[in-house]
Amino acid sequence: MIKFENVAKSFRKQRVLDGISLEIGLGERVALIGSNGAGKTTLIRCLLGEYTHDGRVTVGGRDPRGDRTAILASIGFVPQLPPPLKMPVGQLIGFAADLCGTDPRRILDLAARLGLDTAPILDRQFVRLSGGMKQKLLIAVALGRDARVLVMDEPAANLDPEARKIFFELLAERQEDATMLISSHRLNEVSALVNRVVELDMGRVVLDDRVADDVSLSGLLDCRVLVKRPEPALAKALGTWNFRDLGGGMEWEGEVAGPDRLRFIGMISRYVAVVSDVSLRERA
Amino acid sequence: MKQLWLTAKLDIVESMRARWFQIYTLVFGGIVALLFLFGLTESRVLGFIGLSRLLVTYIQLTMAILPIFVLITTVRSVAGDREAGVFEYLLSLPVSLAAWFWGKIVGRYIVVFLPVFLAMVAAVLWALVSGIEVPWGMFGYYTGLLAAMAACFLGLGMLISAVARSTDMAQGAAFLTWLTLLLFLDLILLGIMIQGKVAPEVAVGIALANPLQVFRTAALSLFDPQLIVLGPSAFVILDAFGVAGYKLFALAYPTALGLAAAGLGYRLFRRGDLP
Repeated sequence: MIKFENVAKSFRKQRVLDGISLEIGLGERVALIGSNGAGKTTLIRCLLGEYTHDGRVTVGGRDPRGDRTAILASIGFVPQLPPPLKMPVGQLIGFAADLCGTDPRRILDLAARLGLDTAPILDRQFVRLSGGMKQKLLIAVALGRDARVLVMDEPAANLDPEARKIFFELLAERQEDATMLISSHRLNEVSALVNRVVELDMGRVVLDDRVADDVSLSGLLDCRVLVKRPEPALAKALGTWNFRDLGGGMEWEGEVAGPDRLRFIGMISRYVAVVSDVSLRERA
Repeated sequence: MKQLWLTAKLDIVESMRARWFQIYTLVFGGIVALLFLFGLTESRVLGFIGLSRLLVTYIQLTMAILPIFVLITTVRSVAGDREAGVFEYLLSLPVSLAAWFWGKIVGRYIVVFLPVFLAMVAAVLWALVSGIEVPWGMFGYYTGLLAAMAACFLGLGMLISAVARSTDMAQGAAFLTWLTLLLFLDLILLGIMIQGKVAPEVAVGIALANPLQVFRTAALSLFDPQLIVLGPSAFVILDAFGVAGYKLFALAYPTALGLAAAGLGYRLFRRGDLP
């Protein structure tokens, strides 16, 4: 599906990609990880045909630079930082839908599923939306068409737990017919989403590993948290995960999306001094 | 073609929301309003009175403001968009590079040309309402000059944006371009050339390669067809072109220069890194 053959890229004299060769098949969900400056964004830009480079990049056997309209019609992209677009939300949706040959209602429906009510913001400038709203909209634009490749740079970073849960469900719906490339500088952010991990360092692939594909993207975990004493900061944090307080802030209950379990454990570990018991049980 | 119009429309909407466009519109609308306010239609200079007097002053002011305004705002927004990640995202959508680049030029041309043109139209409407005679020939030619001027500096701005990799560099290059054109306006140039004993044809040739000078001379030719105020250089110009020929040259040359610059800019844009 996607093939990088000895891809190299330099900016002035600095080598950013140093002979990357990778093959990614249909249905693979690849985490592209690495520290800042490892070359993740540059590799993505080469894949999108935005950078000139040495070596060869092909998507379905075609060059994304030479055949850009045909290839990019099959790639949904979510950038790490939302662009500061001054155009109204409605126009962005219309523009993207027109170019991608999709129905704008598909994008609106997906945005609604992610918890973004677009009706009151259609005339608002995109740049004036909150970080989470921008992210939801960009995800809706990327998924609201028949993309066979999804390229996402830290896609869930600005989403609240509920929106992340739905985002994972949306990815689960596409996992059979799409290839996903998810970039992050932290593996724990994306590990549960993927079945392959590629780590870049100094422009080279330093790790290419298959990972256990046991975590269902749409799975849920029932969770129960007991605390020694009421703690307002923990209560607030659990509130953002939509947990219910079962008694004076001492006992909490809620559900966590399967791929979000590491993130949840990371959050709860910050309050380890007041937590007396945690249980996470996969829902059958 | 659909992609081109979509991009043009996008650029128009983006520009109309930008502060530079609001200031730009205000400046040219304000100039016309001020000229009326100061009773310029009633004053007389070189036999000019009424709307022709206002148009002469308007075109002179426009020539001073429009080139630098178009150059700076074009490079700022294009290079700024590239730096801010707008290109990274929008060029990940299936739009051809030709449609993107030329669509941006078409959209920007409309937002650059329309305010200066509409300010002039507003002056004409006011004249019609007030019973002031409208010099339609002059209005038509000045419209052509404004269109050529906008095309010329927009093309140069897009070329600079394609070459410069950062907003700062692009702004610096745009300012330097404008300064160079300003430096080679006839008075300075001719003085130096004459001191250096350069052939008048060469001096005038260099001056005429400067679009700023071309506009200036063309605007002058409307109320001074023999270009008396230019002194001896007028003989070279009129010998080479004739009055009508020069008027045509003043429309064709800057437009061709702008298109050539934009064409070169597109070539560089297509061959380089996009974001």
